[in-house]
Amino acid sequence: MARTRDESSPLFAGNAAGTLRLIVYLALAVVLMVLDHRNSWLWRLRYTAAAVVEPVYRLAGLPAAGVRTMSVAFADRQHLTEQNQRLREDLLLANAKLNRMAAVAEQNQRLKELLDTQHSLELNVQLARVIGVDLGAYRYEMTLNMGARDGVRPGQPVIDAHGVMGQVKEVLPTTSVVMLITDPAHAIPVVIERTGLRTVAYGSRDGDQLALPNIPLAADVRAGDKLLTSGLGGRFPPGFPVGEVRSVAPAATGMFLVAMAQPSADLDRSEDVLLLHDQAEPDGPPAPVTPMGPPADLAPTGAASAAPPATGGALR
Amino acid sequence: MNKQRLSLWWFVGTLVFALLSMLVPLPGVLEPFKPYWPALFLLYWSLESEDRVTLGLAFMVGLVADLLNGMVLGEQALRLCALVFIALRFRSRLRFFPMWQQALAVLALLLNDRILLLIVRMLAGASLPPASWWISPFVGAALWPFLFLLLDDLRARLRIQ
Repeated sequence: MARTRDESSPLFAGNAAGTLRLIVYLALAVVLMVLDHRNSWLWRLRYTAAAVVEPVYRLAGLPAAGVRTMSVAFADRQHLTEQNQRLREDLLLANAKLNRMAAVAEQNQRLKELLDTQHSLELNVQLARVIGVDLGAYRYEMTLNMGARDGVRPGQPVIDAHGVMGQVKEVLPTTSVVMLITDPAHAIPVVIERTGLRTVAYGSRDGDQLALPNIPLAADVRAGDKLLTSGLGGRFPPGFPVGEVRSVAPAATGMFLVAMAQPSADLDRSEDVLLLHDQAEPDGPPAPVTPMGPPADLAPTGAASAAPPATGGALR
Repeated sequence: MNKQRLSLWWFVGTLVFALLSMLVPLPGVLEPFKPYWPALFLLYWSLESEDRVTLGLAFMVGLVADLLNGMVLGEQALRLCALVFIALRFRSRLRFFPMWQQALAVLALLLNDRILLLIVRMLAGASLPPASWWISPFVGAALWPFLFLLLDDLRARLRIQ
């Protein structure tokens, strides 16, 4: 069939209608993005569509899990024996340390009781497994196989055997997404173990390090210093290893020292992680005291209950 | 009839495969080399079967991709729409390019896609990505001839449109 005149030639396909449609779709996408940026619909939508989204995550996580299984299956006997031996030694050492610590911990507990504080050395944790899924955030995120149904809540700290890994960012019914401490948008209050200097460690832009950009010039910080969580801010409990300082240099502005630190946790190798359940004691300012009115039995009943507290104070 | 259904399933299947491949992580060192699979598969289909790939389809695929892995809803919808629009505009010319020229065109399209993504992320307040982030379009362009020939060959074997 011959083409009619007004139909555009196939070699130069595309016409005003096509461009118009493109503009409409682009505008729609931009509107969606702006609305989502304001209201963060994406995670609510993901939560709603969890029945579809989560199986896809598990499916996409299969190759990574398969590679892991294969590496175990095809690892030679020698390697496995060596690994086993090393793990045994580690366990022995850890047990020996634990035995020594037990007495100290008990003493600590007794002293704490004497001081009447609530800090405890017990950890309330939950073991979770990492699902290998790429969520498009340049490797600053990690997916776990535990979610809202297992009692995971946003903001929970995540640790591994060596240190703090990050905190739960978003929760789906049976999976959750962890923001790693190396995310440039993440900050964690730390204390330098040797000197007790408190500062904040941010994620650095180029991947797998931490940046401490505002250390006073006079402060004593050296490569090799250990960083611990300080517990300020109340998100992370105090005393967990965060990283080790690798280099210290003056900032470009000359106002501060900038230190770069290597995270202690195996951020890209951990398969099993621990979710901390007891939130840290709030170390910030005390909660505001609710203004006290007159005792309930003194307060006039009925309509007068709406009277301002000042009046009540005058009555007393 | 049956043939038609098979070819439709094949079409949908490749797109689902592309979305899944996007989610599969690569080991640490190879991570920046991961091409943007949905773009490559959509490009193939927009060159090969024009009547199936429309801007609406690109938008839908982008929305699903955003739902699965994305920072903001609509980001990949925007990118894939722009990509498919350009591909459809120059479709008849792209189809008759020799393979190396086609790969270069794909490189240009993917680089354009990355620039769009960068603009979106910057506006959303994300920080500048590392330099290795720009490797991905080159890997995508280098893989294009193989992907194109493989998909064409599979289609010929299955005798579907």
